This record gives sequence, C-alpha cells and structure tokens, in this order.
Amino acid sequence: MTSSAVSEPQRYLEARIRWQPLEIAFWLASLLPFWLTPSYLVLASQIAITALFALSLDLILGYAGIVSLGHAAYFGFGSYTAGLIAKWGWGEPITGLAIAAVAAGLLGFLSSFIIARFRHLALIMITLGFGLLLAEAANSASWLTGGADGLQGVRMWELLGVFPFDLYGRAAYAYSLSVLFLAFLLARRLINSPFGLALRGIRERAIRKPAIGAHSAAHIRKIYTIAAVMAGIAGALLAQTTETVSLETLSFQRSADVLVILILGGTGRLYGGIVGASVYMVARDQFSGINPQYWYFWIGLLLIAVVMFLPNGILGGLARFIPRRWRSA
Amino acid sequence: MIASAVGVLFDGFAYGMLLFLLSVGLSVTLGMMNFVNLAHCSFAMLGGYVAVTLTNELRWPFLATLPLAFLAAALVSVAFERLLYRRLYGASDLEQCLLTIGIVFVSVAAAAYAFGTVQQSVTLPSYLRGTVAIAHQSLGVYRLFLIGVSLLITVALVAALEYTRFGAQVRAAVDNQRMARGLGIDVGRVFAITFALGSGLAGLGGALAVEIVGLDHAFAFTYLVYVLIVVAVGGLGSIGGSFAAATVLGISDMAGKYYFPELGAFLIYFVMITLLIWRPGGLIGRR
Amino acid sequence: MSTPALSTRGLGKSFGSLVVANDINVELPRGERYALIGPNGAGKTTLINLITGMLKPDRGQIFLGPDEITSLAPAQRVRRGLVRTFQINTLFPHLNALEAVALAVCERLGCAGQWWRKLPSYGEAIEEAHAILLSLQLGSICYRATHELAYGQQRLLEIALALATNPKVLLLDEPAAGVPQAESAELFSVIAGLSETITVLFIEHDMNVVFRFARRIIVMIGGRILLQGTPQEIAADKRVREVYLGARHHA
Repeated sequence: MTSSAVSEPQRYLEARIRWQPLEIAFWLASLLPFWLTPSYLVLASQIAITALFALSLDLILGYAGIVSLGHAAYFGFGSYTAGLIAKWGWGEPITGLAIAAVAAGLLGFLSSFIIARFRHLALIMITLGFGLLLAEAANSASWLTGGADGLQGVRMWELLGVFPFDLYGRAAYAYSLSVLFLAFLLARRLINSPFGLALRGIRERAIRKPAIGAHSAAHIRKIYTIAAVMAGIAGALLAQTTETVSLETLSFQRSADVLVILILGGTGRLYGGIVGASVYMVARDQFSGINPQYWYFWIGLLLIAVVMFLPNGILGGLARFIPRRWRSA
Repeated sequence: MIASAVGVLFDGFAYGMLLFLLSVGLSVTLGMMNFVNLAHCSFAMLGGYVAVTLTNELRWPFLATLPLAFLAAALVSVAFERLLYRRLYGASDLEQCLLTIGIVFVSVAAAAYAFGTVQQSVTLPSYLRGTVAIAHQSLGVYRLFLIGVSLLITVALVAALEYTRFGAQVRAAVDNQRMARGLGIDVGRVFAITFALGSGLAGLGGALAVEIVGLDHAFAFTYLVYVLIVVAVGGLGSIGGSFAAATVLGISDMAGKYYFPELGAFLIYFVMITLLIWRPGGLIGRR
Repeated sequence: MSTPALSTRGLGKSFGSLVVANDINVELPRGERYALIGPNGAGKTTLINLITGMLKPDRGQIFLGPDEITSLAPAQRVRRGLVRTFQINTLFPHLNALEAVALAVCERLGCAGQWWRKLPSYGEAIEEAHAILLSLQLGSICYRATHELAYGQQRLLEIALALATNPKVLLLDEPAAGVPQAESAELFSVIAGLSETITVLFIEHDMNVVFRFARRIIVMIGGRILLQGTPQEIAADKRVREVYLGARHHA
C-alpha cells in the first residue's frame, strides 16, 4: 500500500474540497453587474468590500470561535493608512493597498498576543474596548485623521496606470472584486489546510486541544493576524475607491454591522459573509430613504429572529436543501 | 462646576454611585448564569423614560416616579426573561451577544420613535435643586440625594445577601451553580428574581441618571460601555467589586474630563484594557 | 532495572483542608498494563490530572522516563509522549473521525500550522490517521462526523486521538464508561492489543475487565495508595476486600 497513487482517504478529503459547480457559477455571475447593472457598480464595489470585511471576520469568528465586537479597528486602520499614503502624495493603489495591509497586520499581530489569552466575556470586552479606544484616538488626533470631518485630499492615481477611479465605478468594482476573489482563494486554501483543521478543532473543543499537544495560542495569533490583514485590505479598498476616510470606519457601528452581516449569511461557510453582505447592502440601498433609526429597529428584530429561529443564518437554512455530498464543513 | 479637587471627587463619587446602581444587577446575573446581557442598559433607559414621562406629562412628584421606574424595568425584564433569555442559557456567548444586541437596537430605535432624539430632562422638586454648603464646600443637593439613595441600597443589598435565606441562595448560585442545584436550590427561580431585581435597579438608576447625565435614545448603548467596564473590572458576581470599580471609574472619568479634556474617553478604555489584562477576573473577581 | 516509563514521587495536592492526593508513589515499568481502581472520590482522576499537568501539585515530582516533567505544561507533556483520554467525551463533534485523528497527527508532526497546502496533500499524515483508525476497528466509520458515531465508537475514537500523538505512556480514564458490557470487552481487547512500546494505565470499575487485562493493579482510597500488586495479590488482600471488593463481590 505504499504506491505513489493517492489513497482512498486522500481521495475522499480531496473530493470534499473540490470546487462545486455552484461556486464557479457564483463567481462568474459576479461579473454580470458590468453588463446588467452598470449604474450600480459603485454599490457593487461597496458590497465586494463589505464582503471581504465579513470574510475576514468569518476567519476568526466562524472558524476559530473568537467573538469580536471591535473588528472594525483593523478595517479603519487599513482605511486611514491607505488614505494617508495617498494624501501624502503616493496615490498608486496597489502598493498603497499592500502597505495598508502590512500596517493592519502589524496591529493585528500585536493585539493578538492579548486576544489569544482570553475567552468569553473578557474577550468580548477587550475587543470592544480596543475598538472604542482606537476610535477615540482617531477622533482626538484630528490633526492626522481630520477628526469628524474625515480625511480630505485623498487622490488616487490610475489603477495599473490605466484605469481611473471615476464616478461610474468600473475601475472600483473591478479592483474590489479582484481583491475579494484573491482573498477568497487564500481563505479557501487556508480553511482546507491542516491549519484550517486546527482552527476548527479550537472552535469545537478548546479543552481537547492541549491534550493532543496543540499549539492553540499560536494558532489563534496566526489567524487573528491574517484576519486583521484582510480587514485592513478591505478598509484600504474603501478609502481608495471612495477617496475619503471617515471616523465611521473605526466605529462600533461598523463592527456591529459586519457581525450582523456575517450572522445573517451564516458563519463558518466561507460564502456566508458574501451572501450576507449582498443581502444587507442591497436591502439598505433599497430602503435608503428610511431614517437610519428605523433601519436598526428592523436589524435588531432580524437579529433576534435569527438567533431564536435561524441560528445558522441564510446559508445554514439553505443547507438543508443542498445534497449532503456538496456540503463542506 | 466646582473648581476644586474635593468638588471633582464629590461629583465623581456621585457619578460612581450612579454607575454602581446601573451595573450591580448585571454583575450579579452575569456571575450567576454567565448570560451576556448586553441589553441591560435598555432596561435602565426604560426607567429613565418612565421618570421623564411621569414628571413632565403627568406632573407626578419626582420621588414617586422612582419606585415606578424600578417596577417598570423589573416587569419588562421578567417578560424578556420568560420569552427569550430563558431559551439561551446554555447557548454560546455569540448567540447571547447577538440576541441582546438586537434588543438594544430595537430599544434605541423605539425610544427614538416614541420620544425623538432630543435630550430629555426631569422636573425636580425644589428641595432637590441647588446646592448646600457643608464644611466650606458647595455641594449639589441632588448629588447628595443620589449618594444617599445609592448607599442605602448598597447596605440593603449587602444585608439581604448576608442575612436572608434568599441572599444565601444567591451567593450559592453565583459560587457554584451545579452545587447549588444539588443542594435543592431552585436556581432558575433564584436567577429570575435576581434578574428582575437587577434590571429594576438599572431602571431606578436610569431614572436617577437623567438629572446627572441626561437621557436620549442612545442611552442604552452609551452607558452599556461604562457598565461593562464596571462589571469586567469589578469582577463578575461581586457587589463589593462593582462598588469599588464604579467608584474608581466615576472619579477617574470625572477627573479626566476636568483635568484632561482632550483625552476624552481614551483614558477610560485604556485603563480598562490594562486592568483586564492584569486581572482578567476583575479586581475582586473569582473566575 | 531499567528506568520506569512513568513515575511519581511524593505527589500531593489539597484544596484547603480537603486532601485529594497524599504521598503518591508510583512506578510504571515500560510496556506494562496497569489498572487504577478505587471507590468514587478516591482521587483516581485527580491523579491523572496531576500527572498530565492539568492540575498543579502542591508537593512531589513526576518523571517521564528519566526526565522530570513536574513543571511542564500539558501540551508539552503530550509532545513528550504522555497522553490521556477523558472520562467524558471531549471530542470534536463536527469533525469526522478521519479529520480528528489527522489533526492530532498533524499537531504531532508540527504541520498543523501550515496553511498554504491543502490537507489532502499531506499523504503521510492521512495514511497514519487512517491506519490508527483501522487498528481500532473504526475503518468503516472514519468518514462519519463524530457526533453521529455510536457511543462505543466515540470512546474508541478518544483512544485513537491519544494514539495519534505517538504516546509512550497512555492514561485512560474509564475508557469503557457508559459502554454496554458486551462492547466493553471488545474495547479492552483492542487496548490489550496495543503495542508493547506503549505503557498503559487505565482507570476502571468493572473488576472482570480489570482482572482480565491488567498485569498489575494500584488501589487508591481517600487520596492515598492503599496497595499495589498483581491481580491475585489484590484479590487476596483483606483490606481491599473489606473496603472495596466486599460490596461488589465478583465470584
């Protein structure tokens, strides 16, 4: 049984992670807005950005079980970094994005040492506190961030030297969608790797992990840093495609929104963030006439309903209709 | 604003007492059931709006509105506990978080709808207004009243906990739920009553808060953060811990606003995170 | 005499005035099959918790082979070959059996932190996981999610996870707990069939199983070791009969 041929268990695991036809169809469909709804490309790019942010939260929440009420800290940090780089004269998008990613990742890495040591209420509090702290700091440092007025003077150069970011949003959507897709590929590979398995183990049974010699704290630090990088990239995309950064990107509101979006779509399923973001943002756009207060009233009710009746979100509810062999974890 | 350290201390202590009333219920119920109730301050907000409506619309005397604020919050919390919370006692942190955040959203929106987004105020009777001179210090009468009420309640709580049978049951349930059940204590009932009491106290705190910090539709969230800080820093399930943490937080927040206004709330969050890292179980906590 | 695989010297632990472990001296020679018996509350699981590091002792030392491990963290002890299973299942409910064991193998091989290659490409780890499952008669269910397995299979999976760490010493805390009598004999014959390079200590209440599979027995009462010896010696001892065997007499 030592042939170089792939063994049966390997083939089984391989089959589970293969690209499903539905997935391929989905990504092809994501190109449709260019032709079908060209006047909504700005919204489409916002959805892609939010989906990326939600995906980053899914990595820590859905796969490693870390409840964070302050994930927007990394989103906002990436946003301001990218904005400031452009404001200070370097408007090239992709390198700006890379720098923002590194900055957010560094912040995530540093905070991960604290995060990895806590669970339950203390963890929730620390993530909340950290997010609020950063938001307050940004508010106070208005000489740097522009304070409540937001960051002014962000001018982006053409994407790849050719495509300008204009009001039609074509470059914006192409850019955001490509980045989302690349990040998605990375997340997908990560989830299907031994590391992804280890994360699921942490989510399922924190007690068991030391008993099999697992390096749980190191794993948590690693995924938290990766998630911070991804969130920072999403924030940078927002700054670059809208050429503005506001305090809202660091706010509790944004942290809560992304949590709602992910829960809506369903955690731990990789596509939950994308589905949730699409539904949430399209709905919000449709109801944009409504006073924001009332929007949150319905969101609140939705949250209550989801927790009481549909704990696995939209995808979880749909999963009952999808044949077993197509389902991933 | 009294321009002296004693004045800051006094105002800070009064603020701390207010935070204590708002937080003590959450601390005990969290310690007992580990149920993450982020909607705790929604009950406080309810108490506040009850007081506002009664004094302004119905011209009730302020003091009479306080028991009603307590009752209203307690009763509404019982309804929530029966209908929703009860089903999630064994659920994950995330689910409890989400449910209660949802309730906060709904309550904030409902408050905005019913009362608008403006700051509310209560009509105080004349004997609670103004200042009184004690030992060369000019101290606010209302704040003295607030401190008095809070200390009375604290003493009552501690006495009830130490000397009544129910108090003993509460202590047992906080200490070790499984053991308590094993001893025949109806933990569910103990929790329901404690929860109602804690929410009622929050409602009372909300009513008392209007004069000090104002009341608007976002109260349920604004003060949630402070309450969580008090609870986390003071330690779950500890009345003494909540008292200490609330006092420290009240005084430092007041001092911070007075002496370092540019820092804003930054200092508070920073202190909280540092304290939590150093003592994850809270100052006097157990877990 | 060669160094014992596992030994403790003067191990002690109290919670306030409650003494849960008192001067525990144990020596497990390599490859032996030891049973740890005693009434409920005797401190058997506590002893395992102390040995594995989940509980910190007040006094005493623990040795794995020649090395002292008293101050090591549980995960470190596992990596050195000291592994335990739990009395109550602490498995990963939504991982399937193959994934669970593969995870344990990956942790041991140090590749559990690698995220850039997909899991199926780690042929060696998967093969090993599969082989372990086959050796415990779990081959037919290895693709089923853990929470869907029968209880006896779950208990075997607990052992599979322990085996995946390539243990030198295996501590089994009531491996057949909750398993119907017929299956427990089967479970124990699997345990008995484990490689001689592994030293096994198991906690058990069923005296039939104990006398059949253990080569030596340790009796604990009230946090102390009352007696150690061969099954015959233990069965013949008057104190043991009075305190423990007397109430549940097996012919």
